[in-house]
Amino acid sequence: MRRHLLLICWCLALAEPTAAAPFVPVDDAQVLERLPFRPTDPTVRELRLLHAQLILQPDNQMLAVAVARRYVELGRVTGDPRYAGYAQAALGPWWHLAEPPRDVLLLRATLHQRVHQFDFALKDLALALARNPRDAQARLTRATVLQVRGEYEAARQDCEALKGLTQPLIALTCLTGVNASSGKLRDSYRTLREALAHHPEAEPSIQAWMLAGLAEMAARAGFAHNAEQHFKAALAVDPADQYLVAAYADFLLHSGRAREAQELVKMHTRADGLLLRYALALKAQGSTSTPEVVEELRARFDASRLRGDRVHLREEARYELHLDADPRTALELAKNNWAVQKEPADARILLESALAANDFVAVRSLQAWLAESHLEDVQLTHLLETMHPGG
Amino acid sequence: MQSKGICMTCRSAICRGALLAAFLLSFADNALAHKASDSYLTLRVVGPEVTGQWDIALRDMDLAVGLDADEDGAITWGEVRNRHAEVAAYAFAHLALAADGNPCPAAVTDHLIDHHSDGAYAVLRFTAHCPRVPASLDVTYRLLFDLDPQHRGLLQLDYAGRVRTAIFSAESPAQSLILAEPNWLRQFAEYLNYGAWHIWTGFDHILFLLSLLLPAVLVRTGVAWQPATGFRATLLDVLKVVTAFTIAHSITVTLVALNVISLPSRLVESAIAVSVVLAALNNIYPLVSERRWILAFAFGLIHGFGFASVLVDLGLPRAALLSALVAFNLGVELGQLSIVALFLPFAWRLRRSWVYRRVTVYGGSAAVATLALAWLIERALDLRLMS
Repeated sequence: MRRHLLLICWCLALAEPTAAAPFVPVDDAQVLERLPFRPTDPTVRELRLLHAQLILQPDNQMLAVAVARRYVELGRVTGDPRYAGYAQAALGPWWHLAEPPRDVLLLRATLHQRVHQFDFALKDLALALARNPRDAQARLTRATVLQVRGEYEAARQDCEALKGLTQPLIALTCLTGVNASSGKLRDSYRTLREALAHHPEAEPSIQAWMLAGLAEMAARAGFAHNAEQHFKAALAVDPADQYLVAAYADFLLHSGRAREAQELVKMHTRADGLLLRYALALKAQGSTSTPEVVEELRARFDASRLRGDRVHLREEARYELHLDADPRTALELAKNNWAVQKEPADARILLESALAANDFVAVRSLQAWLAESHLEDVQLTHLLETMHPGG
Repeated sequence: MQSKGICMTCRSAICRGALLAAFLLSFADNALAHKASDSYLTLRVVGPEVTGQWDIALRDMDLAVGLDADEDGAITWGEVRNRHAEVAAYAFAHLALAADGNPCPAAVTDHLIDHHSDGAYAVLRFTAHCPRVPASLDVTYRLLFDLDPQHRGLLQLDYAGRVRTAIFSAESPAQSLILAEPNWLRQFAEYLNYGAWHIWTGFDHILFLLSLLLPAVLVRTGVAWQPATGFRATLLDVLKVVTAFTIAHSITVTLVALNVISLPSRLVESAIAVSVVLAALNNIYPLVSERRWILAFAFGLIHGFGFASVLVDLGLPRAALLSALVAFNLGVELGQLSIVALFLPFAWRLRRSWVYRRVTVYGGSAAVATLALAWLIERALDLRLMS
């Protein structure tokens, strides 16, 4: 009994919030923070100039849209959500309108998509397409949102509708992306690869997009060697693209190349998703600094929970499963995440945590979904095989 | 060349480049986020005095007032120190405190630095004096909302030993926080009620208890149950069973509520079903007839896990953790006593009857054991046998 009492006291002590320790630095030269860009960086300088003009004429819609687009793109490349906020601020005068101008509508949809408010995004995109069914960018964005939600048939229709509205390569990449997730993985891969080979003149950004798609398809089909090449080629076009870095890191981790994964992401650990991969890579190598990094990751998730964010569910589930050894919590998060988005990576973490938590109801319902959608993925197949050895 | 068509409204090179990139915006580009912009505001109210600490990211302050004076992309302590006045002025131009509508002017007392999970923060310590002791504190927070509408202000308000939180956003920049004393008696009564109600709605707990109580009005002689003769002995027996059960589940409820131990709910629910099966079978093939309180204690530990899951779902007030726990356990006990109070007079009166000794004890126990067995199969194998 005394021991129990001791335990209780100990727990009460732990339950107290740990006191932060603010301090007064002693040295004026001490660097406290590094900004993501130097103010002299040409991208930032140009953006600041535009922004300064916008402050003088906040109702200049064209300027506002240009500034917002810049920030949205910066947010995509850096994975830093602050830029989404800056973009929203630039669009301030139009942001709350029920029927804003077309450009604002599309940017608003993209920003909503980014925080996983897919319903809002789809509403805005439907509005844009009702105004102009030939709006290629709205079509493409909607196809992507629908694909992320696992609504392949609807996504395919939007990709089909792109034909004749924009460069054939864009329509093709859209379509192969959807088809690759709904039963035609290998065919789509071949089609996309041939298209890329036949269009060396395509703009680098579109090439990078195609390469990223190829890399993921190859990884899912189990063509490890090809996937490797595609990832490298895509990263050669855009080495800072954090989405690509994350996808490549996952590929390396899954291939048992933790050391390389660690090298790949170590410069990008400001992004929570990449810090996660960093921690996973350390753990896979049995590094002694794993607990420290895991602790930092936990602090980040705690902080984002405090502000009520639900954007990190997939990453948080991976953290709970692989770094916190809590399959039940992982499964709960993975289920909540699955209710919002249904990419192959979402299916993977759902299956992994359902298996780890021995929740066969969840496993069976995911299996049913996979059978219906025809989503192919070697990792998923492998996981299901571990459940039914030889079956 | 179709893409040019889309770009018709764009004249500048920037816009063209951006539009092309816009095609790529559609990537699932959202899962990697850094931490978004938050500030952490802590307020402690004592009488008319509010003391506070406000942690604002240096990055955000740089955006608002400019900190990187030499434009080298690195913010040094010297650069921050030079801008302390501007930082304080900017911050408190965007935060207003008031006691029931009367402004509480604030003044910064210290400038410090702290590291959060996403980087360095300026820490502003301040005090605000209200013209009167506030019954409700009005907080209006507008920091950065014009520059970054996705910024959030996360408030922790510490008053009378109770900490509560609030989130300020561009959509809800003004909140009024009522400071009236928490009514601990009311809270106690609430948790008491939860505990009692849980016993009454938890069919498996009732059946377990009844299975142990059924033979309380009887004595085992040889292979048969005989009516007990003394009410005192019977009452003592009942009290022992109920108290042992209560002590046991109080122990596990407390340990689970304090996060000392936890078990998967499927295991707990299955074990509870096992306990009901065994308690009922014990009336038919008695292994333990004299000291059933030992059974009550052992299985009470398991039932405690079940109770605790309810408590965990409810959430416990941190400031009044102990009183809430005591109230909940007391409530469970009261719920049990009320069951005993209903059961015992009947059983005592009927104890001599053949019906009670044969049909109720044997038949009832068999029925309970069967039902609990079905639960066990359902819970352990995750099946549905009964609707």
